[in-house]
Amino acid sequence: MSGVIPLKPVNLPRELALKLLTDMVRIRRFEEACARLYGDGRIRGFLHLYIGEEAVAVGAIRALTPQDAIVATYREHGHALTRGVSANAIMAEMFGKQTGCSHGRGGSMHLFDAATRFYGGNAIVGGGLPLATGLALADKLQQKHAVTACFFGEGAMAEGAFHESLNLAALWQLPVVFFCENNLYAMGTALARSESQTDLCAKAAAYQLPALRVDGMDVVAVHEAARTAVQTVRDTGKPYFVEFQTYRFRAHSMFDAELYRDKAEVEEWKKHGPIHNLTGRLKVMAWLTEEDFQTIDAEALREVDAAIAFAEASPWEPVETLTRDVYAAP
Amino acid sequence: MNAKTTYREALREAHRDALLADPRVFLMGEDVGKYGGSYAVSKGFFEEFGADRIRDTPLSELAFVGAGIGAALGGMRPIVEVMTVNFSLLALDQIVNNAATLRHMSGGQFSIPLVIRMTTGAGRQLAAQHSHSFEGWYAHVPGLKVLAPATLDDARGMLAPALADPDPVLIFEHALLYNMEGELTGYWKHADIRKASVRRAGTQVSLITYGGSLWKTLDAAQELAAQGIDAEVIDLRVLRPLDTETILSSVSKTHRAVVIDEGWKTGSLAAEICTCIAEEGFYDLDAPLARVCTEEVPIPYPKHLEDAALPQTPKIVATVKRMLGQS
Repeated sequence: MSGVIPLKPVNLPRELALKLLTDMVRIRRFEEACARLYGDGRIRGFLHLYIGEEAVAVGAIRALTPQDAIVATYREHGHALTRGVSANAIMAEMFGKQTGCSHGRGGSMHLFDAATRFYGGNAIVGGGLPLATGLALADKLQQKHAVTACFFGEGAMAEGAFHESLNLAALWQLPVVFFCENNLYAMGTALARSESQTDLCAKAAAYQLPALRVDGMDVVAVHEAARTAVQTVRDTGKPYFVEFQTYRFRAHSMFDAELYRDKAEVEEWKKHGPIHNLTGRLKVMAWLTEEDFQTIDAEALREVDAAIAFAEASPWEPVETLTRDVYAAP
Repeated sequence: MNAKTTYREALREAHRDALLADPRVFLMGEDVGKYGGSYAVSKGFFEEFGADRIRDTPLSELAFVGAGIGAALGGMRPIVEVMTVNFSLLALDQIVNNAATLRHMSGGQFSIPLVIRMTTGAGRQLAAQHSHSFEGWYAHVPGLKVLAPATLDDARGMLAPALADPDPVLIFEHALLYNMEGELTGYWKHADIRKASVRRAGTQVSLITYGGSLWKTLDAAQELAAQGIDAEVIDLRVLRPLDTETILSSVSKTHRAVVIDEGWKTGSLAAEICTCIAEEGFYDLDAPLARVCTEEVPIPYPKHLEDAALPQTPKIVATVKRMLGQS
């Protein structure tokens, strides 16, 4: 990599391009705040930041319609925000408050929202793929013409669940789009150290799925690929696979000392950061001024501050209701 | 109405009713379709209901059980047949980490109205990978409901309330019961999935059991009666949540209890029931509790060794007599 930003023109309507930029900035500011709050002990448990990978969730989810379903992983704050789950409800969930989007029972790794068909929030690697396959089956059987978008990392492709689910989805011709977020490391294990076949599209192709490999740092490329994939799934009713090549700028979780990768590698990828990339291109096209960017950023910061205030002001669930929501209320 | 039927046929009729009653119901699993079901429960369904509703799956327990969970989330009422409980371990992640948790993790936003059926138990010389009884493991998990129909009426009647339940329900069918013959009583139309059932009333000892062991236990009660001992037999029917009220009420009357469970003794469902009696009914007891469980060995192939490993009628009789000081 040269470190030079590729100033490719943005082949999208200006309004949409600015929307994608705004979403990415919202996620970045939200998660930076989460990291600080974690340091202060106000968010506990595991916290997996998406910083660096924002283009994937934003570009892909903006290709979906409200009737579509989403299954994500434990690194899903960005997906939930982009899908339209409010920052307030997500932040309150991080705090464990009952106003959270999972009523405080899930935390960072288990964000859910029925209203936007956001099915989590799955913290068993690969565990979401069979679920997504089943959601797509339900939609197909009910003739809903919806698409289920299933996000997972390249690490999940070593799991049996990946292979079994792609086989089932292809065999039964189910409308599910498998979005692989390839950030090169399964926690601390590089792809080449864990997979005999590192060509991820070849794995999907083995199950007869059409497969695309896309620069996951370029939100425009992500969005175009996702639109193609989602439209194809909607038209054909058959599954599709997209590999987004991306990079996690922060550690795997807040407990990760990052012994497995070189700082220079991280710095090199940061030069291609998704926000940096899009901002530069929009400025060259005169679709964005620095002032515009500052306005977007200020609004994102304001949203985060309001979310923190909301989460802090929200009540704790009383211990008396500890065992609720294990079974349906009689 | 009281024509002869079998446990298999009772299950089959229950499934047929469910498929006819609700278009959201569909059945999937290995060989449920063209083959007609590995235990022939779905024989003829593929022809009657078609490939969309009677779905043959690949040998992919993890994916098709997970897909059942997803389909339930998405508004369907799937019945997933897993060939045996032994194979269900390949899907344990989906059952325990997803089916049992999604309502809770989502703060009550999502329901998993799913039925998972599977064969359990030993007795056919199928050795150590086709003979185990892991229903007690599943009964450990909050978020799941676990049923063990042992009678024709329950085979006929428990599926409908299981499908109507908004939470995941696991149904365990003992492999030796499929060919059991008898008559339906009509009770099946009112079968619930909440209560244990007193299958034989008695006064001197409570024999608490479920599933395939029910019939060995009833035989034992009959032998004991011939020897002047009046045993009560409780069929748990529902392994989670346990109907402790029926158990404790029986023990308060008989003052003695033996639990018969085809699971291994260590960490068993029998241990849970005994502890429950010890905690809640200790002062009702006139004798130490006893268990007749499977010996601590993977189920062996030769018939005499398999028989020796499992709870059997003579062991139940001997345990009761020892408890009553009559051995």
